[in-house]
Amino acid sequence: MSPATLLAGVILAALVFYALFAGADFGGGIWDLLATGPRRQAQRELVERAIGPIWEANHVWLILVVVLLFTGFPAAFAAVTTTLFVPLTALLLGIVLRGAAFTFRTYDEPRDAVQARWGLLFSGSSVIAPLLLGASVGALASGRLRVAPDGTPLSPPGAWLGAFPAAVGIFASALFAFLAAVYLTVEARGALQEDFRRRALLSGAAVFVAAAAAALLSWSDAPLVFHGLTGRPWSLPLHAATAAAALTAFGALWVRRFRLARLAAAAQVALIVLGWGASQYPYLVVPDVTLAAAAPRATLVPLLWALAAGALTLFPSLWLLFRVFKGRRAGPGARL
Amino acid sequence: MTDLSAARWLFGSSLAFHILFAAVGVAMPLLMVLAEWWARRTGSAVHLELARRWAKGTAILFAVGAVSGTVISFELGLLWPRFMAFAGPLVGMPFSLEGFAFFAEAIFLGIYLYGWERVSPRLHLASGAVVAASGALSAFFVTLANAWMNHPAGFDLVLGRPTALRPLDAMFPPGWAHEVVHVLLSSYAATGLAVAGIHAWFLRRSPGHPFHRAALAIALAVGGTASLLQPLSGDLSAREVAVNQPVKLAAMEGQFATRTHAPLHLGGLPDVATRTVPWSLEIPSGLSLLAFHDPAAEVRGLDAFPRSSWPDPLKVHLAFQVMVGAGTAIAALALAALALAVRRRALPVHPRFLLAVALAGPLGFVALEAGWLVTEWGRQPFTIWGVMRTADAVTPVAHLSAPFWIFIVLYLFLAATTALLLWRQILHAPPPPAEEGRP
Ligand code: HDD
Ligand code: HEM
Ligand code: HEM
Repeated sequence: MSPATLLAGVILAALVFYALFAGADFGGGIWDLLATGPRRQAQRELVERAIGPIWEANHVWLILVVVLLFTGFPAAFAAVTTTLFVPLTALLLGIVLRGAAFTFRTYDEPRDAVQARWGLLFSGSSVIAPLLLGASVGALASGRLRVAPDGTPLSPPGAWLGAFPAAVGIFASALFAFLAAVYLTVEARGALQEDFRRRALLSGAAVFVAAAAAALLSWSDAPLVFHGLTGRPWSLPLHAATAAAALTAFGALWVRRFRLARLAAAAQVALIVLGWGASQYPYLVVPDVTLAAAAPRATLVPLLWALAAGALTLFPSLWLLFRVFKGRRAGPGARL
Repeated sequence: MTDLSAARWLFGSSLAFHILFAAVGVAMPLLMVLAEWWARRTGSAVHLELARRWAKGTAILFAVGAVSGTVISFELGLLWPRFMAFAGPLVGMPFSLEGFAFFAEAIFLGIYLYGWERVSPRLHLASGAVVAASGALSAFFVTLANAWMNHPAGFDLVLGRPTALRPLDAMFPPGWAHEVVHVLLSSYAATGLAVAGIHAWFLRRSPGHPFHRAALAIALAVGGTASLLQPLSGDLSAREVAVNQPVKLAAMEGQFATRTHAPLHLGGLPDVATRTVPWSLEIPSGLSLLAFHDPAAEVRGLDAFPRSSWPDPLKVHLAFQVMVGAGTAIAALALAALALAVRRRALPVHPRFLLAVALAGPLGFVALEAGWLVTEWGRQPFTIWGVMRTADAVTPVAHLSAPFWIFIVLYLFLAATTALLLWRQILHAPPPPAEEGRP
């Protein structure tokens, strides 16, 4: 495997982690917005407790993706940031407001009106960010973003808008909401657990509908991805594995085996992101930028070694973080 | 506003905003950990309370630092795609390593902030120490990237493209050590002094308050030490600029003519039209002495370089004067604090001294912002010194004044909210405990 492919694999893996961890944090924000019923307050508190200690660490996966992209695939980075200028700028606003509002809510006065205002900003931006993120991914895959060989954008600033990117945006939001609801069933108890079980089942159904819509649209709107998703030797096994994970998640939710559901839902999301990456291989920006536009070997090889060394410190630290706050004995009620 | 100037203003304000929180993120964990360490060693409840309060303030500042840093990492591409396409493979290494430092910082800060009741005291303190170390490490790495922009290295330029890349040489370009040390010290000096200023202010109103005394002692020790070292490190930086970036030095000093026995201009407003520095105080041979430690040394002035590669000497000189002025003031204050502390063998709490500390509180951050303006303005018109002009680095995307105004509003909103929340945290400082307190 060439260093460029290996690095692309690392970037894809970082995106998988971003979806699994930060995606669920965004999903938590969506459930904050959609909190209803007599336990509305308790639902919001659960979300807050669940993401408080971990969201900043989860967010760093995105930074890692950005820096690896500009180090390893500088031409792709330039192409992405110029053609997706509008949605990425809006995504940034969403990310900034989400993080800031979440922190401000935690440390502002506990009066209801104050909390409600920060809560709205937090949850509103948690809805907008995944939509834009999904739409950007959809636009990259669709082939509607064109760049000249020297990196000058050839398509107009609005080129990213379209039915397929919109469908991917909605799909990503549904997926993150589903993931968050499943995770929260493990952390909740009693009636609250039932609340999130119901939410998980409903959003799981929404994921299915959105996936079908996106797949359908990809046939006309993103032919390369459609071909990648259907016509390659690994397509069938990948789809089968994703479907199996989805069914397991559903079944486990149904019979209230919540830890199993969490595992299956995470596997499902990971397989979806991997499937997207594999279907668009070897394109970074379809159809003008491929993995061939990588940085020279002299950059890639030391970078890969640095990544390996970094991973040695990163994974044990992450393990510690999640053991302290999400482990079996962690129990509810982290106090500031 | 042209798109180029909008891009420059947007990027400059984003960095000027981020750097405030970044400096706090480097230094505040150290203060926090020192307080907790003292508490664990002596059993002092006051110090434990102090560590907890500082941690709350740090949590707010850290979150704003994290999101504003994210803005910058995207803006590098959104605003300067051509710069990144050129520089990415060269300076990507420090940025990537910085990513791991961010991970460590965020992970252990999570454990520190939310883990008071969940992990053992020893692990808690160790987590704080990791946050402090990784904060310094992330500043270290990102400053390497800036040092490379000032003095690009690690490649051969062939027909405007970098070839024969040597990323490890690019990671440690000439002058990196001076810049890294100066930047790290500036974080401790600015943050330490600002924190000391706040607690000195409250001590003036309730002298003897054990909470504020404990805070002042730690903040002054850290901030004062860094402030004392800063002029020494700045002198090294200036001499390195004199050798490697002579145009920048000429602009910093308002030196138009190349000459030996070059004078030092204190203050003044460099005037490009007349090539003089009116309103300045001239110290004969001062510049030659400072820059080369030899009163007869020749200093290259702006006239030694083509007019099209001059930075704006007015802006650069003013910013430099502000940094050096503020730096001298806080170094003098730190020296006074040291003398008083040695003589009294205790924390100096004389009202006039406290007033001086309170007034000097913002000066560290003033110097820090001004220093960055020196570096960034002094590098103009280049973004990669001598290699790529800023005008050639900017994005082809149009209407950049729109995002500029949106982000300005966003930063004002974040700054105002952060200030308000911090103010409340500070106002709710605990009352002096009865047994130690005064009637
Ligand atoms: C608390 C902050 C602070 C203080 C008190 C000082 N500085 Fe500074 N200075 C910085 C904070 C700073 C900085 C913000 O950190 C800079 C910007 C980039 C860098 O390397 O450090 C800087 C840059 C900078 C440069 C430009 C380096 C370059 O562009 O490569 C020089 C020559 C000096 N400083 C010199 C001094 C001197 C002679 C000081 C004497 C008092 C001084 N600084 C105090
Ligand atoms: C081009 C310049 C810069 C970029 C691209 C950048 C990028 C970032 C990013 C992405 C983060 C968020 C990380 C997280 O989620 O925790 C961040 C935070 C941080 N940055 Fe920067 N940064 C820049 C300049 C600086 C400088 C000059 C310093 C130090 C002197 C610095 C020090 C820090 C620190 C300490 C944090 C941690 C957050 C905090 O404590 O506030 N950064 N930066
Ligand atoms: C490691 C840290 C930093 C890096 C890598 C960095 C990088 C850059 C880049 C790429 C540009 C755009 C091109 C150019 O104008 O040359 C720029 C401009 C600028 N930066 Fe920095 N920067 C850093 C730190 C800072 C800080 C902390 C400030 C705070 C005041 C700052 C202030 C500015 C300003 C004002 C400009 C616009 C310059 C002008 O147009 O006159 N920079 N920087």
